[in-house]
Amino acid sequence: MSQDSFIRRYVFSTDHKIIGIQYILTGFAMALVGAWLSVLIRLQLAWPLRLWPWLETLMPNGYLGGVMAPEFYVALVTMHGTIMVFFFISYVLVSGFGNYLVPLQIGARDMAFPFLNMLSYWIALLSALVMLASFLVEGGAAAAGWTAYPPLSAVASAMPGSGLGQSVWLLSMALFIASFTMSGLNIVATVFTLRAPGMSMWRLPLTIWSYFISAILGLLAFPPLTAAAIMLLFDRHLGTSFFLPGGMVVANQVLEHQGGSPLLWQHLFWFLGHPEVYVLILPALGIAADIMPVFTRKPLFGYRISVWSLIGVGVLSMIVWGHHMFVSGMSPFTGEYFSLATMLITIPMAVYGVNMMASLWGGTMRLTTPMLFALGALAFFGTGGFGGIFLGNATADMQLHDTYFVVGHFHLMIGGVTLLGTFAAVYFWFPKMFGRLMSPVLGRIHFWGTFAPFFTIFFAQHFLGLQGMPRRYYAFSTYEYLEGTQSQNVIITVVVLVLVAVQFVFAFNFVWSLLRGATASENPWEATTLEWTVASPPPHGNFGDAAPDVHRWAYEYSAEGQSSDYAPQTVTSSDVPVTA
Amino acid sequence: MTEIDASVTTPLAMGRTDVRSTREDRRRREQTQLGLWMFLGTVTMLFAAFTSAYLVRRGSIDWQSIVLPAALWVNTAALAASSVTLEGSRWAGRSGRVGPARLGMAATIVLGAGFFVGQVGVWQTLAAQGVFVPTSPHASFFYVLTGVHLVHLLVGLVLLVNALRSLAARGAGAIERAWDGPAATAATFWHFFGGVWLYLFFLLSSF
Repeated sequence: MSQDSFIRRYVFSTDHKIIGIQYILTGFAMALVGAWLSVLIRLQLAWPLRLWPWLETLMPNGYLGGVMAPEFYVALVTMHGTIMVFFFISYVLVSGFGNYLVPLQIGARDMAFPFLNMLSYWIALLSALVMLASFLVEGGAAAAGWTAYPPLSAVASAMPGSGLGQSVWLLSMALFIASFTMSGLNIVATVFTLRAPGMSMWRLPLTIWSYFISAILGLLAFPPLTAAAIMLLFDRHLGTSFFLPGGMVVANQVLEHQGGSPLLWQHLFWFLGHPEVYVLILPALGIAADIMPVFTRKPLFGYRISVWSLIGVGVLSMIVWGHHMFVSGMSPFTGEYFSLATMLITIPMAVYGVNMMASLWGGTMRLTTPMLFALGALAFFGTGGFGGIFLGNATADMQLHDTYFVVGHFHLMIGGVTLLGTFAAVYFWFPKMFGRLMSPVLGRIHFWGTFAPFFTIFFAQHFLGLQGMPRRYYAFSTYEYLEGTQSQNVIITVVVLVLVAVQFVFAFNFVWSLLRGATASENPWEATTLEWTVASPPPHGNFGDAAPDVHRWAYEYSAEGQSSDYAPQTVTSSDVPVTA
Repeated sequence: MTEIDASVTTPLAMGRTDVRSTREDRRRREQTQLGLWMFLGTVTMLFAAFTSAYLVRRGSIDWQSIVLPAALWVNTAALAASSVTLEGSRWAGRSGRVGPARLGMAATIVLGAGFFVGQVGVWQTLAAQGVFVPTSPHASFFYVLTGVHLVHLLVGLVLLVNALRSLAARGAGAIERAWDGPAATAATFWHFFGGVWLYLFFLLSSF
């Protein structure tokens, strides 16, 4: 009886599909908050020191006297970064679609540890709520940046956000890491142990490979941040000096700390931080690459090379973290090493990108909404990756570090590729998740209203950076050399408002299609992977009693001499010859 | 196909449901062990990060080594002994002797709890000497590393109690199958953190 109750099925469910959808909805709710924070940031940058009486009524602490408080600005920057990286992209793209897709695409009934999976979601939700609550504590939310560099993050009296806000931030991150670790363990164990008969590793769709590698990276990279966070808590509350050097003066008082190293935090943080960007971007690339063959009706180009590229990127991503620290007084020889390692990573990434482009070559392209978003992700990947070549070189980075060039670069990559990849995934799998089709017209409006503004904003920011505009500054009105950037900032802010407004088209399309969309068939895109061989939405347990038998790879399109132009992975070799 | 695999390793006398449940059991055990080892992999990264922080921090001029209390050797001996009794208990369990298996498991829990109490005692000794968490970087690391280790060991104790409970709940006939799951998990976990302690003791006393 309890099996069928509403709460058991849709709230405290151990079904990976429900948990995936829960993650996705939670992540989108957090994205609304993150987007709202970015609007506030942009209003300040376009019209610094302007009076906003209506914002004061809304947020009296942030807008004392109607003008944005500088402390509030840094808290906004911190929380925008934290929420978008950890609570939007991680939840929707990694945990959300990861949960939904991994069992379905490998032919399993559920994840390896369903209960752990449910626990992971509820801890994740708690973590998000704790993070939001930090806006309400005394002194406001954390303000030391999403990287939480000491001393700002370590000395409670350093600034208002360094007090309770930073403690709450650390608590939320601890919960997040616990939840993300559970989720990662589950994905790796599921791929290892629950593949359907015939589903060898070399028949896994790239999507699954990307989740698999991303989960392993997360498992290896997060513990050093945990260690660092424990030491930071000791520095904050128990008077130790892991990260705090001697002779620091805060509020006219010399602190008792001595001998610690703020750079130690930076190393530990970026040992996580760099792999983390690959944890986020790899699934987007896997999904984009998998969507392309469906809408070009030809096999993916260079499947095995792409898998090896993903593995290579995963390995290299663990040894390049120092490129975030070129200006930290690092030895030039160390800098040279990190530059070289970073340049190396462009090789597998470029191979992967070229394989995606080659997959398009000569295909009969169908520009559906998911395809548009997948192509957009590829475009951002190319442009953003180009900026990375500049930043990866220590010599160029000395100039560009902490300018808007960096902001533009990482927004195109970890913001843009992942955002477009996420939308591609939503439009592509929405019919499977809810059994209904989304409106293609609204989808097109959403795509162009997202792609063009996003590119305008962040491509332009590269040039702000080249003009020397530093990031994290509250106002630029006192810098003569930056006077010329003012009008550019106004344009960017206007475009941001357009970008945010267009997202409501997506929200409307999502809700409207959920209620009124046309009914989707089992396989509306005529795709080959296993999830399209079951009903939309798939029943509890996905495949019924018998696991599906897999006979081929996931990219059997337009095989010669066949009546149908595609063969799902379950079609036997006697029916359609197996090409891989 | 997997069906045939399972029947090869199971006695022919078993019914179909038995075959399926044995196969299911084995898969569950493999999954648990795999998940556990991945978790231990993340723990390894955790202590690797602490180690590198330790070595970096050690290079600073204010580093002063503290004298570690001799009681740590007693604690270490207790923890080592607990690993021995744990294996003894598993050995007895595998050969179907419930009594000695229970006794060994209980001894493991007592020794493990002894280690826990002993470590807290070491903290008290240090505090009585005026060595507190912020006293020196070496002291800070000592408290942090032993603390993080003890938190994990608490989880290990829970797993040991779980193994003892499952042992007590099953009759002698079913001992082998009931035995393997919880006890194997507890043993992997416990020995691993025994090893972690030996490593931490070496790090804290030698560097």
